[in-house]
Amino acid sequence: MAEAEENIRFHAMFHIEGGNFMNGGAISSRVKKILKEAGFPGKIIRRTSIAAFEAEMNVICYANQGNLSLLITPSFLKVVIKDEGIGIPDVNLAMTEGYSTANEKIRELGFGAGMGLANIKKNTDEMILTSKLGQGTHLEFIIYLDGQNEG
Amino acid sequence: MTLKEIKDILSAEVISGDHDLEKEIKYGFAADLLSDVLALGRGSGVLTLLITGITHPQVIYASNIFDLGAIIFVRGKRPTEATLQLAIENQIPLLATPYIMFETCGRLYQHGLRPSIARIKNG
Repeated sequence: MAEAEENIRFHAMFHIEGGNFMNGGAISSRVKKILKEAGFPGKIIRRTSIAAFEAEMNVICYANQGNLSLLITPSFLKVVIKDEGIGIPDVNLAMTEGYSTANEKIRELGFGAGMGLANIKKNTDEMILTSKLGQGTHLEFIIYLDGQNEG
Repeated sequence: MTLKEIKDILSAEVISGDHDLEKEIKYGFAADLLSDVLALGRGSGVLTLLITGITHPQVIYASNIFDLGAIIFVRGKRPTEATLQLAIENQIPLLATPYIMFETCGRLYQHGLRPSIARIKNG
């Protein structure tokens, strides 16, 4: 998943505040706006924004703080989300649809159904998730710009 | 059908987007879980109405991602002030109906509105 430095056309980083539910989705909205202004096809924008939204909510729901980076290269979009927080004890289990450790507060907001990580995987071409218990989680995903995403 | 027709069918109040009542809506998607909106909203778009009881700002952010045509709040729910402001900013019309979700969907279906997604693939 390495990208040559000279091929990065755009790079932006956003801070995500853990527990700030009111603003949940604000960062992914900005990501969407950037991609729209850059003129990417609708499907690419949608897939990236959905995955970014889910990732952003994960930081808000489960971490103290984190940041989301968006990288645009000629051949792919890459989003990296790093957080400081409790981490994920069992990454494979967390990837299972329907598995969730969400509390009542998160569920009240209509999240925490255990669909987020699976939905990120579904909407992206590559996804890497690693976590250190008690330290934080590192998630990155790539969406290729190979012309199969028109529409 | 237009938003105006939806308003009439559901005795709905237009909370924002008064000037958008001629907007055409063909599809509906109903959910009280934002996770479901994010997971299943893929086929949606400008012709889609989101039918929901979620009134906090995330519903606008999520709708914005799919470029949804409008949102109708069911069970007499009202958006928070932050939600309303965000909807105005993003130009997403908001309606509110006293009907429950089941009745809302039933009435709209009866009048020709169709699901943006009818069933999931593997379930």
